[in-house]
Amino acid sequence: MDYNKELDARGLNCPLPILKTKKALGELAAGQVLKVISTDAGSVKDMEAFAKQTGNELLSSQPEGKEYVFFLKKK
Amino acid sequence: MTQKKLAIIATKGTLDMAYPPFILASTAAALDYEVQIFFTFYGLTLLRKDLSGVKISPLANPAMPMPVPMPVLVAALPGMESMATMMMKDKIKKKGVASIEELRAACIEGGVKFIGCEMTVDLFDFKREDFIDGIEYGGASTFFEFAGSTDICLFV
Repeated sequence: MDYNKELDARGLNCPLPILKTKKALGELAAGQVLKVISTDAGSVKDMEAFAKQTGNELLSSQPEGKEYVFFLKKK
Repeated sequence: MTQKKLAIIATKGTLDMAYPPFILASTAAALDYEVQIFFTFYGLTLLRKDLSGVKISPLANPAMPMPVPMPVLVAALPGMESMATMMMKDKIKKKGVASIEELRAACIEGGVKFIGCEMTVDLFDFKREDFIDGIEYGGASTFFEFAGSTDICLFV
């Protein structure tokens, strides 16, 4: 999937992946896509909740080995 | 969608109890909530410029996981508190958990409003210059003015 920015949140624990995602989205323009890579299993549900609450669209959420890869489209 | 609001009262000044208010407030801010934290009694310690005095004690804390079981009389020995704090901070770092400095900074960046309890400052003879800038000082009424309109209100 094409994306405009990548956020490496590997090794970070709750709530840092979400806090850094919020910050990274702030640096994008509406409609641009952010890729996030996390190793925190809790971030799967957290990212869904974040997208639902903030209105930024979660385009995809996939485990890749021990990592979790998310694509978010900025509102 | 109207903006949701969260109010938290932070009353504790230990390392473990510093986490709930700062984690919830910074995350709520990331979720576009309007957030205020009212710091009262020992909670005001969390607003100091220097957070090195924020510690954790194994005393009266039987649920705290220990590498080896520690009798209360051992936990009461001088230096045990500093050791427990050092071990906890080390674990926090290893597990990729944010430091309280980091979470507090995230709160400020996310626009969380900090209110310091004026009465506590007076009671304990705290000095305002020891606290970070940007705090509003007020009393219970100041808190209720915001808390009365919130969706979530927590006491920590």
